[in-house]
Amino acid sequence: MTAVSAGEMPRDQSAIRREPVRLVWALMEREIRDTLRDWRMVIPILILTLLFPLLMSFVADMALGWVAKYGAPIVGERMMPFLLLVVGFFPISFSLVIALETFVGEKERNSLEPLLATPLSDTQLYLGKTLAAMIPPLLAAYLGITVYIAGLYVFEGWLPSATLLVLIVLLTTAEGLVMVSGAVVVSSQTTSVRAANLLASFIIIPVAFLMQAEALIMFWANYHVLWWILAFLIVVDVILIRMGIHIFNREFLLGREIDRLDVPYIWRTFWARMAWQRWAFGLDPDKLPGWLAWLGVVGGLYRYRLPSILSGSWMAVATVVVALGLSAGVGLSFARWYPLPSHFLQLDQVSPEMFTELPAIDWLPSFTVWGVLANNIRALVGATLLAVFSFGALAIVLLMAPMAIIFFFVVQAANAGFDPALFFGAFVMPHGILELPAAILATALAVRMGAVFMSPPEGMTVGQGFLRAVADFLTLFVALVLPLLALAAVLEVHVTPAVVVWAFGR
Amino acid sequence: MIELQDLTKRFDGFTAVDGVTLSVRPGEILALLGPNGAGKTTTVRMLGGILAPTAGRAVVDGRDVVREPQEVRRRVGLLTEHPGLYLRMRGDDYLHFFGRMMGLSAEVCRTRAASLLRQFGMAEAAERRMGTYSKGMRQKMALARAMLHDPPVLLLDEPTSAMDPHSAKLVRDAITGLRHHQRAIVICTHNLAVAEALADRIAIIQRGRIIAEGTLRELRARILGPPLMELRLGHAVDGTAELIADLVEIEARGEDWLRYATSDPEMVNPQLLRSLAQRDVRVVTLSRVPRSLEEVYLRAVRGIGEERMRVVDGRVVTES
Repeated sequence: MTAVSAGEMPRDQSAIRREPVRLVWALMEREIRDTLRDWRMVIPILILTLLFPLLMSFVADMALGWVAKYGAPIVGERMMPFLLLVVGFFPISFSLVIALETFVGEKERNSLEPLLATPLSDTQLYLGKTLAAMIPPLLAAYLGITVYIAGLYVFEGWLPSATLLVLIVLLTTAEGLVMVSGAVVVSSQTTSVRAANLLASFIIIPVAFLMQAEALIMFWANYHVLWWILAFLIVVDVILIRMGIHIFNREFLLGREIDRLDVPYIWRTFWARMAWQRWAFGLDPDKLPGWLAWLGVVGGLYRYRLPSILSGSWMAVATVVVALGLSAGVGLSFARWYPLPSHFLQLDQVSPEMFTELPAIDWLPSFTVWGVLANNIRALVGATLLAVFSFGALAIVLLMAPMAIIFFFVVQAANAGFDPALFFGAFVMPHGILELPAAILATALAVRMGAVFMSPPEGMTVGQGFLRAVADFLTLFVALVLPLLALAAVLEVHVTPAVVVWAFGR
Repeated sequence: MIELQDLTKRFDGFTAVDGVTLSVRPGEILALLGPNGAGKTTTVRMLGGILAPTAGRAVVDGRDVVREPQEVRRRVGLLTEHPGLYLRMRGDDYLHFFGRMMGLSAEVCRTRAASLLRQFGMAEAAERRMGTYSKGMRQKMALARAMLHDPPVLLLDEPTSAMDPHSAKLVRDAITGLRHHQRAIVICTHNLAVAEALADRIAIIQRGRIIAEGTLRELRARILGPPLMELRLGHAVDGTAELIADLVEIEARGEDWLRYATSDPEMVNPQLLRSLAQRDVRVVTLSRVPRSLEEVYLRAVRGIGEERMRVVDGRVVTES
């Protein structure tokens, strides 16, 4: 009891600055040592790092000779870079195993609480664990790539280009990080290693598809597409790491023993958000006769709830508006790069019949109020579902696509000698003035639903935040988006054609 | 050193800790007793800066657990309910790892680890993997981990569980030593003998609330009432009770003994003995009936349980 306690120890400023790095490093080092102490982990990694790449170089060598005999050397040439990707990927698959049990494994072994009792912050704990799960398999992957290249150089004298090598190394790293960061999120949100392993299929299946896509691209030898995949993976990495840090919850880790789907709780949480203060145009809602009770609910919806939802969604709305602005820019750029022949847009020949003949095109909805409305609802609901599985991103992309197409044609109209403002005003504005705000609002609320998984609202779990976002989406959709879409559909069918014919037609 | 004010913790509508107010001074040991699920571990986790309270305030060694949880964790040594060791690690490596986490230099860490392992009779096991340790050794290693950075505050959950009597004594001695070094200590335990032997004060927690708190002497008086005296006679008690009825109220009787409660034994007992001697009653012994912490605890827990249950509209309801 003679030592100075840690709490009383004087610490200089540089030590305080270095402390976060020191803690993460210490944790990472321990975890890596622990992994390397487990022979069940080390032996397969060694096999995949040393023996498998050698075997691959031998196979590549044999295959090259065999396909050359049949006059198809290109198959062999394309296979060598592909196997480079494969030998890098196999060892990093171990990162998934290590990462999946980082938190939940420690929880099962009761060793998590002493760790949580140290001065480690949540972020430091998360980063230390993620790096520890990442580094041994990644080093093994780099070693495997080196062994494979060395083998091929010895057998065939083949070396990849520096660009290809950098690309493969970066892809391997990004894929490893996607698997690890995803697995750490799973590990911190489950209550048993078994549940974590089951949920791992949500990581394995997309990565398996990605590998197949990469294989096709490598045989196609269109390597620049792989750079786009790399960029996509980096975005996913950032999203998953941010998500992992945001939703990491000590209370969940320590407190919850079993995963239980509590339907009454889910319903209560959802329904609590669907209740709002009533308002009846200055009258006391409690004194209204029974048959007018709905007035207080509807009045409160428009006076209190919708403004509250909209003010709480301003950032999502702003994001969608900025994205639409960007998509307009994309449409303008594409129109300049790919100009259509001037006879393609014969707007002076537009007639009322042209609109009624649209249903003849199979993939377009029938040009009736119901047809247009149903199509818009379908598109927005579909975008919302995609938003849930893509952290909100795909909902924005789906809205950006038609906007880019519109502006693509605005420029083509200008190229063909028409007034672009008149084109936009006639074809889009009559119904777009209602349809666009409706689509922007619905997409913004869908983005909120997806973004909850990355960053739940302060003081809420992901589940609570998601239920709240679903309730807000449904409220806004029914109370505002649907009426706007219905009016827009009426205008699109009955007014827009008349305006177009008036502006351009015969 | 430790101050809790209306500390509350709720999980999804369930209140685990409900307005706990306590304090522990330097050099004091508080035993936190209560049935399983009473809120002991949650309280300790909040004090250790692991869980954030829903309401109320907790200050540990001058640091608020909400505003400075990392500083709180640096100042607390936490022995968790389960040792939770990394079984593939060696004992010395394990302590070195936690020493680094707590900001100790390698040198200080080595010295402290060696000293603690010696103190707990574990020096020879330091280089063994902890997977080979017995339950008691694991518990001692976990305690060494909690004491390694010599924290001013120790939170010990079942410190002597799974230990043989010799090891348990070593640990009890270590805890007593910490008291002499002005450490504030909270012990959560079901082992009432340990609490009785070590604690300066005792707090009984049930359904998240502190239902009794004080020294053992205070709790005995408050919960069990005045001291109970036992009078043993050299013959049958027939008629004796009536002889002393004006001095004390008899609580229980046997063939040759009587028990009575008195809040002032120094005054009452001599009078009673004088009275009996004058009437030739042969008194063999007059002694205080020992009343254990177990009795205090059971009475407190059961008593509160009864108080809180009421019948409303034909249904039994529990008051929150």
